Amino acid sequence: MSQSTPTRRGADFYILAAFFGLFVLFLYGPMLMIFILSFQGPTGGLTFPMRGVSTHWFHDLWSSSRYGDLGGAFRRSLILGVMAMLITATVCLFAALGFRRRFWGAGPIFYLSIISLIVPGILLGLGISQLFQILGLRLSWWLSGLGAHLSWTLPFGLLIMFAVLNRFDGSWEEAARDAGAHPWQVLRLVTVPILFPGLIAVALFGFTLSYDEMPRSLLTVGGKNTLPIEISNMTTNVTTPALYAIGTVTSAVSFLVIALAFAGIAIIQRQRSRAKRGKN
Amino acid sequence: MTEQSRIDIRQVTKLYGRAKAVNNVDLTIDGGAYCCMIGPSGCGKTTLLRMIAGHETPTSGTISIGGTDVTTTRTGSRGTALMFQNYALFPHLSLTDNVAFSLRVKGVRADERRQAAREMLERVQLLHLADRVPSELSGGQQQRVALARALINKPKVLLLDEPLSALDEFLRLKMRVELKRLQNDLGITFIHVTHTQPEAIALADQVVVMDHGLIEQAASPREIYNRPHSPYVARFMGGQNVLSGRVESTDGATAVVAGPNGLTYDLSVGPEVRSGQELRFSVRRDRIGTTTGAVPRNGLSGTVTNIEYQGTFVKVALDTGLDEEFIIYMDDEAYFARPRDVGEVVHAEWNPALNHHLPGANNSAGTPHED
Repeated sequence: MSQSTPTRRGADFYILAAFFGLFVLFLYGPMLMIFILSFQGPTGGLTFPMRGVSTHWFHDLWSSSRYGDLGGAFRRSLILGVMAMLITATVCLFAALGFRRRFWGAGPIFYLSIISLIVPGILLGLGISQLFQILGLRLSWWLSGLGAHLSWTLPFGLLIMFAVLNRFDGSWEEAARDAGAHPWQVLRLVTVPILFPGLIAVALFGFTLSYDEMPRSLLTVGGKNTLPIEISNMTTNVTTPALYAIGTVTSAVSFLVIALAFAGIAIIQRQRSRAKRGKN
Repeated sequence: MTEQSRIDIRQVTKLYGRAKAVNNVDLTIDGGAYCCMIGPSGCGKTTLLRMIAGHETPTSGTISIGGTDVTTTRTGSRGTALMFQNYALFPHLSLTDNVAFSLRVKGVRADERRQAAREMLERVQLLHLADRVPSELSGGQQQRVALARALINKPKVLLLDEPLSALDEFLRLKMRVELKRLQNDLGITFIHVTHTQPEAIALADQVVVMDHGLIEQAASPREIYNRPHSPYVARFMGGQNVLSGRVESTDGATAVVAGPNGLTYDLSVGPEVRSGQELRFSVRRDRIGTTTGAVPRNGLSGTVTNIEYQGTFVKVALDTGLDEEFIIYMDDEAYFARPRDVGEVVHAEWNPALNHHLPGANNSAGTPHED
């Protein structure tokens, strides 16, 4: 629409365009460097220039024992991410549905649940490890680590779910009840299907926030590290492009998860619009 | 059918905090009747409707349908179906599945319920769109889907929450006719909430006028229009001038009333009216004539402030020195035989039999279309 008016672009356009260009460069430049450098030749180093192109360092990641328990850390982070994702999506759905009723104490409960977004993650991790010690429990990635991650993903997911529910019309549920649906049927046939795209977004955030989380993990995972901690350790004692290779692999996993989520949303929308084309 | 779709509302009150949305309401709606509930927004008409549907529970009182107390019966199993103001069609389901929804929750087999839904869609002339989703439909089409979805369960009572308010004028009149025809065909009770007077008068067998959680009057449209109970009903339903005066003398059936501006009126009253009492009465705007010469008994004089041609009649507004304008609907031929000008003095007169005593106390302005 705006292109139909052939006006000359002023200086402001070019200034803002340059600013945006810098922003994009800053955002994607570093990532791109790591992708490129991870394909460094076998004799190459941590910096440019490239000495040939190879997938040597990816093989090195798998075969060499110099990098510690990288596979185990990767597996733990994946499992942790999936657990955080499932719990976040489920809890945030019901919490946000619950918050629609202005129940007594709703305000304080909301602020209490948001507060862990504000507390520095490393301090929260310290607190959790202290608490576990007092309770006489051993720190482990799947318990104290999961709790630490949930303190981050739950409030985040709740805020997103609020935004999703903003566009949800409560009279859909009333119409379902009016048609005789029991509460469980209302949830299964109306509420969840209509909210599903938003629910996928919340799940996605739950996974990626957990998968990348470092400060909250440091003091809470116990004896076995998650992937971000393992990579952080690598930066201090690995001096080969294998470091970049692991960066490329983890980024690929993140992108894969996002792609799967979008594919999920697309499939749902296709199912909904399949009715459109009609059979008669 | 008629007995089992009769509705008895007994001493129903609904409190929201301390506010009385519905205040000790008693109402009987005959089975198979078309009932319109009308009033300004916030008068309690929608709350009452939602209590009949079971989406709200009365704070006290009982609601019976067909003689069965359903006050606390679950929504969806009391024989009612509600058509929502915004239609509330499920955005993720095709029209067929929208209409079949209540059969689905009952556990009816997929092919069976789809067949029933398609028959219902055919009835509202939307079968050709059966596989579309609601967002692809016009407002009028969406409304017909909502109607089909409400009717598929064969309800005893169909509840309609401002069903025509989202439609344009042309479609509104068309759907009004369709609703009335549908109600005649089905023979079930329709309860229709509206804030539009012509809609209520045109459709209803029974009009329920509400204000501030109370029923001001429940009667046939003709009764409501001709014999309003209170100044509020007279003003809200329109077509009436409301005047006030003090009773000078009464013989128990006819009172002589001293009106504003020192004029005198003869008014039929009940024996409860006492001499010296202040009262209000109404006069239909379309039954008022004009006269030259002195202002007669049962008349009023004022200066013309506005003239509106309405096609079949001419609306002449007079400033009579009172708070309210006095309005005359003049026959268009009579008017154009002797047109008036703004600022001209007009003497109005009418048959004293037209003076209608308003016993009700509610004197609010009853401005229509407050929302």
